[in-house]
Amino acid sequence: MVRIEGLERILREHPFFEGLSADYQDLFAGCAANERFEAGGFVGREGEPANKFYLVRHGIVALEYAVPARPPLVLETLEEGDVFGWSWMVPPHTWAFDVRAMTLVRLISLDAECLRGKFESDHRLGYELFRRFVPVVAKRLAAARMRLLDMYDSPK
Amino acid sequence: MSVTAAADPMLPEPFGILRKRRELSDTFTLELSPLHGGGTFAFRPGQFNMLYVFGVGEIPISISGDPEDDGPLVHTIRAVGTVSGALRDMEAGDVIGVRGPFGSAWPVEEAEGRDVVLVTGGVGLAPMRPVIHHLLAHRQRYGKLLILYGARTPEDVLFRKQLEQWRSRFDMFVDVTVDRATGKWRGRVGVVTKLIARAGFDPHDAAAFVCGPEVMMRFSVQALNERGVADERIHLSMERNMKCAVGFCGHCQFGGQFVCKDGPVFRFDAIRDIFSVWEV
Amino acid sequence: MSRPVATADVRTIDREGLDALIRALGAQGRRVIGPVLRDGAIVTGPVTSVDDLPAGVVDHQEAGGYHLEGQGNGALFHHGVGPHTWKRYLYPPVRTLWTARRVRRGFETTPNAEPTPRQAFLGVRGCDLAALSALDRVLRDGPYADPCYAACRAEALVIAVNCTRPGGTCFCVSMGGGPKVAAGYDLALTELPGEDRHVLLVEAGSEAGAALLAGLPSEPADRAALAAAEARLAEAVDSMGRDMIPDVAQVLRDGLTSGHWDDVARRCLSCANCTLVCPTCFCSTVEDVTDLTGGEARRERRWDSCFTLDFSYIHGGHIRRGGDSRYRQWITHKLAHWHDQFGTSGCTGCGRCITWCPVGIDITEEAKAIKNREGRT
Repeated sequence: MVRIEGLERILREHPFFEGLSADYQDLFAGCAANERFEAGGFVGREGEPANKFYLVRHGIVALEYAVPARPPLVLETLEEGDVFGWSWMVPPHTWAFDVRAMTLVRLISLDAECLRGKFESDHRLGYELFRRFVPVVAKRLAAARMRLLDMYDSPK
Repeated sequence: MSVTAAADPMLPEPFGILRKRRELSDTFTLELSPLHGGGTFAFRPGQFNMLYVFGVGEIPISISGDPEDDGPLVHTIRAVGTVSGALRDMEAGDVIGVRGPFGSAWPVEEAEGRDVVLVTGGVGLAPMRPVIHHLLAHRQRYGKLLILYGARTPEDVLFRKQLEQWRSRFDMFVDVTVDRATGKWRGRVGVVTKLIARAGFDPHDAAAFVCGPEVMMRFSVQALNERGVADERIHLSMERNMKCAVGFCGHCQFGGQFVCKDGPVFRFDAIRDIFSVWEV
Repeated sequence: MSRPVATADVRTIDREGLDALIRALGAQGRRVIGPVLRDGAIVTGPVTSVDDLPAGVVDHQEAGGYHLEGQGNGALFHHGVGPHTWKRYLYPPVRTLWTARRVRRGFETTPNAEPTPRQAFLGVRGCDLAALSALDRVLRDGPYADPCYAACRAEALVIAVNCTRPGGTCFCVSMGGGPKVAAGYDLALTELPGEDRHVLLVEAGSEAGAALLAGLPSEPADRAALAAAEARLAEAVDSMGRDMIPDVAQVLRDGLTSGHWDDVARRCLSCANCTLVCPTCFCSTVEDVTDLTGGEARRERRWDSCFTLDFSYIHGGHIRRGGDSRYRQWITHKLAHWHDQFGTSGCTGCGRCITWCPVGIDITEEAKAIKNREGRT
């Protein structure tokens, strides 16, 4: 028998929400939805309104820049356990790059409008989210810096 | 019978180039055989030879072949300087000088019974290949076997076919990432340390062997530590200027160690105090 | 005054006896190398008779300074160590390691087959005996031996001299190597220049030394001479002006990131003088060269110095780019890492690096400065 998993359970088991109280898990679940993208599909496009963030459940997504006359430049690939999309927190709330499914991708999306409303009435909920987001941003920044070193480059 | 360092350790033995294979735009592999016989070149995974080009000079290069194969001596070389450039310009039939093998080896016996994580970057995969051969030849002695490999771009992925063969095996895990890629690359894009963070192994009982650019090894050790791998179970392969390979010339000193004879493979806790100190 | 009593071990020779020793060594087919006056300094060079020695010359050494003066008493060894060291006779500054020539397929190498020189080193001080012992560990007693060094060392006789007048910059007492020699010599001399009688005490430290001594016109040393020698050595210990801090190895290991290196770098010229005059600095480089036809090649080994930028070159750049890291490398290798590598200090306290530094950087003072600076924090 196949049991369809509830969003609450998926959120609870995702490392991003580790240690979150059951009440808050329910609050987040209230703004969450399952999404599915076929390989090649766009989750977000540069410049478009960013009103969600995503937890990757399955598959690989690429963060990429479209470059004229060249194939898109992949900035980073993300997969199961990763989180992406903080443009909804930062004005002007538009996607900073394209996000494309490289394989079949299953995501949980969290709706920004829905969350903002809840944060206004419960700042602690906002804190719980931000303290999870900041390390993600810091890690991503550290990785970007590491790649700026171009450490495998052949010496000139 | 094995070829060992001659009575005069500074005297190179002539070896003929049997085959030369282009690996990457600046990287190639030489298969070598001693000109005057001498049978199999015995070495331990992680050791290196000094390769001499007549009248041009000599450089240290890790051995990249299978230690249990009685075939030719194999070196994979990136052309980055005068001597490596001269080696790149050589062809099958040409003769070069070889001194060695020198240096310490990856502790493959110590790692028995454990998961083994090989973290490599760039052309650092070449010195790692003998240990991969060894681990696969004695697969049952080890737990999980993982190769985590980072390269600059998809075009810089070394031993691509071999990596694919290894990846297709059910008894090992191969993960490759590149720092940057265009849309044609279907694999991962990101730093090699991210592979460490998500790889499936037992951090409390795994042996980690790290080989790549020094800065990459620095970040890799941090990522391994974050996973819970203790310094005593991390080994890495260092690189320094070398003129003699036998501890006379002093060039390869790294703190109280000589990279040529105490290394190139070091247990991390032996060099931890100086690893992050500037200009050691 | 008690009657002089002869001892069995120590004998005395006079100036003529020393001359006989030099000639006896020559008769063995040995090239005798000893202190000679040249270019305003006491250096090492061939000695064929006692007249070649710098009689009555004393040196005055200070940080960054060296000059000579005449002195009345005619002493032959009343000087400290000069800019030369014995390593040049065992590990020459330039040596062809091998030659190679192209053949139909490939090349053939021929090791350098120059005959090993039979040498005798005359006037080796305690610090320099310690240096030879340190070099033995590096170049002879490890997993590999340098064939040239090992053969030259085996063929060389060592005629040591106890230092009765320390140079102005040395500190062998705090490094444990002098001024009285303890081991590693064939003969040891102690000079007693006197108003009426100029003698040298002689002790044999080996069978070869004993055989040589037996062939010299000598007398048993009397108690007064022995007492005079002891007094002179004690005076040398007391008049030594410098000392190395005893915990220097740990001070340097703990001080790798000290701000003091930058202070040294502001004074240090990276001229490499200290490494060239150091009796234990062994670093070398090789040069592979061909003749104009490209048919012959050879490999030359040359002394190198960790103060040069190229010393630490790896593809793409230099590891030690700054004068700070290069000075740190030199002093920490010498005084700390040498212990890890060879089980002994690489510094003998000879003071040459202090004397011959053009800006007078003093290894003992820098060690203290690191200690004081890091000790405060």
